[in-house]
Amino acid sequence: MSRRNFHVVGKDVRKVDGRELVTGAPAFADDFPQPNMLYGKILGSPHPHARIRSIDTSGAEALEGVHSVLTYENVPRARGPVGRRADLFNRVPYTRAGQDYPEPSPWDFFLLDNKMRFVGDRVAAVAAETVEIAKKACALIEVDYEILTPVLSPEDAFAEGAPIVHDEPDVQKAEDPKRNLCASVDVYLRDVEAGFREADTVVEGSYSVPRQQHAQMELHIAISYFDEDDRLTVICATQVPFHVRRQLSQSLGLPVSRIRVIKPRVGGGFGGKQEMVIEDICAALTVATHRPVRLELDRYEDLTAARCRHPMKLTCKTGVKKDGSLTAIEMIALVDAGAYGSHSPTVPTNTGNKNLPRYRCRNMHYRFDAAYTNLTVSGAMRGYGTPQGSFALECHMDETAEAIGMDPVDFRLSCTVVEGDTDELSPYIYEVKSEAPGDETKPEDVAWPITSCGLHDCIQKGAEEIDWARKRKEFDKYNVSNPVVRKGIGMCCLSQGSGVAGIDTANATVRLNEDGSAILFIGAADIGTGGDTVIGQMVAETLGITLDEVTVYSSDTDVVPFDSGAYASSTTYVSGNAALKAAIEVRDDLLTIAAGLMGEEAGNLRLEDRQIISSRSSKKIPLRDAAMHSIYKNKDQIEHTASHVSPVSPPPFAAQYAEIEVDTETGEVRVVEFVTAVDAGTIINPQLARGQVDGAVSMGLGYALTEELMHDENGVPMNRGLVDYKIFKAVGMPKMKTIFVETYEATGPFGVKAIAEIPTNGAPPAIGNALKHALGVRMRDLPFTPERVLRAIGKMK
Amino acid sequence: MILHLKLNGKPREFDVAPGERLSDVLRREQCFSVKVGCSTGDCGTCTVLVGGEPIVSCLMLACQAEGAEVLTVEGLGEPGRLDTLQESFLDEGAVQCGFCTPGMILSAHALLETNPSPTEDEAREALSGNLCRCTGYENPVRAILEAGRRMAGEES
Repeated sequence: MSRRNFHVVGKDVRKVDGRELVTGAPAFADDFPQPNMLYGKILGSPHPHARIRSIDTSGAEALEGVHSVLTYENVPRARGPVGRRADLFNRVPYTRAGQDYPEPSPWDFFLLDNKMRFVGDRVAAVAAETVEIAKKACALIEVDYEILTPVLSPEDAFAEGAPIVHDEPDVQKAEDPKRNLCASVDVYLRDVEAGFREADTVVEGSYSVPRQQHAQMELHIAISYFDEDDRLTVICATQVPFHVRRQLSQSLGLPVSRIRVIKPRVGGGFGGKQEMVIEDICAALTVATHRPVRLELDRYEDLTAARCRHPMKLTCKTGVKKDGSLTAIEMIALVDAGAYGSHSPTVPTNTGNKNLPRYRCRNMHYRFDAAYTNLTVSGAMRGYGTPQGSFALECHMDETAEAIGMDPVDFRLSCTVVEGDTDELSPYIYEVKSEAPGDETKPEDVAWPITSCGLHDCIQKGAEEIDWARKRKEFDKYNVSNPVVRKGIGMCCLSQGSGVAGIDTANATVRLNEDGSAILFIGAADIGTGGDTVIGQMVAETLGITLDEVTVYSSDTDVVPFDSGAYASSTTYVSGNAALKAAIEVRDDLLTIAAGLMGEEAGNLRLEDRQIISSRSSKKIPLRDAAMHSIYKNKDQIEHTASHVSPVSPPPFAAQYAEIEVDTETGEVRVVEFVTAVDAGTIINPQLARGQVDGAVSMGLGYALTEELMHDENGVPMNRGLVDYKIFKAVGMPKMKTIFVETYEATGPFGVKAIAEIPTNGAPPAIGNALKHALGVRMRDLPFTPERVLRAIGKMK
Repeated sequence: MILHLKLNGKPREFDVAPGERLSDVLRREQCFSVKVGCSTGDCGTCTVLVGGEPIVSCLMLACQAEGAEVLTVEGLGEPGRLDTLQESFLDEGAVQCGFCTPGMILSAHALLETNPSPTEDEAREALSGNLCRCTGYENPVRAILEAGRRMAGEES
């Protein structure tokens, strides 16, 4: 362990992009309008499942100010590298899920198609002089639809004789589209049946989670144009600029060399922008018109026709002994992928493998089946499948504790992992999937060691902070008299990952200027999380300079080296590692130069406070001297690029606690206090890290209590916007407390693990468990609306 | 038609169309701090101060602002010379993605003008029209209280 007194790491420094954001300087995609820009608009399908018999765009095309109307009949595919010439037919299957190539997600999407698979699916796209004209043109497009029976739930999808959502012959990589099966996993660690037989008690429970939506404040937006060299440039609100560039190439037919994707500041992503939601169709309008085009979804489209969190129905079954040890755990999930399979093989995989491994248990079974339906497309969302499983498993573990008469905290301490344990499930799922028939790899052969784990500390410190033992008893007593407002306290424990093991790739370049300041080029996409700042801190620390002396360039595919993008809590852990490696190489070059200048051994020198200091003779020279020497004497500017991919994804751990009051007359649940104790390894910037926790908790509170994207019995979305899709406001937030339980993760830069996702996961189970404590009733379906609470206590039918 | 405004302290004239929203006009006139997150008055990212009062500029027709004093974040401070609230938002880590930040700062500015030392509840109430998906509102509330303290310190 190499902890020392840091100067920049571990400090609450201001965000590197803060000044531009508080002054409202042009920073976001919409702040960069282009000359002669047209405005795009997508005509969305009014039907959840339909086929276009015929489409007449003549009225729209005749409208003054309309420059292009694209349908499946004339959508362009660039011919040759320049993009000036295009074929007016394009039917190439691809995925819009922003993942490394080859994407695990099925290639089941076309730029425009004659089959509509959900309400809001792309019928046509228009480019016009103004948004108003584009809207008018959309209204003038006449479509004759053959209405098909919609598939409105996974149960319907898998029923005998169900309509087929993806009946097109050219869909690729979907598991069994004829059965509406988008993806599945069925994996066993050893023998769960034997485990259940060995148990003193077997507990079973079912749970359901709704469609949650990202509701990031900045809508999906892209501005595309051909630059002066006829290269396609797309300025867009994305988490995955390099994946967007590759997928634009695949879908439009332009070579990667002719495409530039620029991610400016992004107004929140949360996974919704780990997807090429509109960049492809916006760029197609530019190819068709040779004009700059701005396309932005409106809030209704953003809510209902972009992406959402996978709804799931889950069952859990656990074998437990009287002492709290576990003999078998089984989790089975039925997953609604929606109309396209973006992220549907991977999100539900995480539902099992980011949750089950925090429990010590030899026998496990995890299975999911993800169904295509004619509903809003599910995709990536903060937590990436983990929150669904956390709700089910952590409610279930409270039920398990109750079945053997143990306190939930004591129970968790008896059966969760500690440092030195292993995670068998996560690597084994991938091993089983890629294994040749006949191979028999054992789970223990591929297991990942858990090299840092503060989970038990998190459980204990969280319990102390919220005063668990006292309140648990006191509320029991208080509730005995049956007051109108009951009190409850509940908890849960959590785990996640740090990047995608073996896949997420980051590159960073550190260039040293003659004054000793540095320029950092990273592909990592800061979408408001503070990635640029935190990685800048790591470079500043390594070079012994201040953060102000590090200029950070991120996420312009023409300028920075490749990075997978901002997802899977990978930025600090994976991209940070690449930057740290590059900075160390720069530092070593500097020390070699300084050694010559000072007549010292490089091994005795260190960088600190803009000085190069000898620990042997305490001689020192300014860092600037060595930097000047490199450029003006050696004629060789110091610059290094480094890559990083991690073979493991060390889990951060957390415990979350909720104290609630529930009104038994109105059904309203009020969260009084919420405590998060989290082990994310070393914390690079406590203030930004706490901000990550606060925001994640507010999103978890919404998932628990208020947020649900709903469709009516015809498959039409019922929410109209943020007026009836309710996220938490400043008023109504509980008293919040965050405790960092710092461990040192040896594979992370400065000992870090991830923090961005894990705190999203715990509010639903912690509140569900608190509701059980308050009401004596187990609520199994999110969100816990007043109506559901009243039903649960028998006050409403 | 010609719209006459006092925008960020300076008299300005803009040619506007009858149905144009104030938010669209302000953005067109390079006030990029005015964000549009919904166009239905629900998210508060387009908040500006009209006559000192926070309003959602996506729901105000530009012509309704005739003769008014309009303040956007561009009128508060600039990169080298930040306003107290802008400084405290940076110091307290209240900015994450920054999309809701200008609206929040203006709501907070209106609060501190009339109530220089607000309670936490009052700060939360002042932000109740500004949705934020990143911060959980904790650091912005801290920033408002800190700005209040700093302003009181400057005066005494």
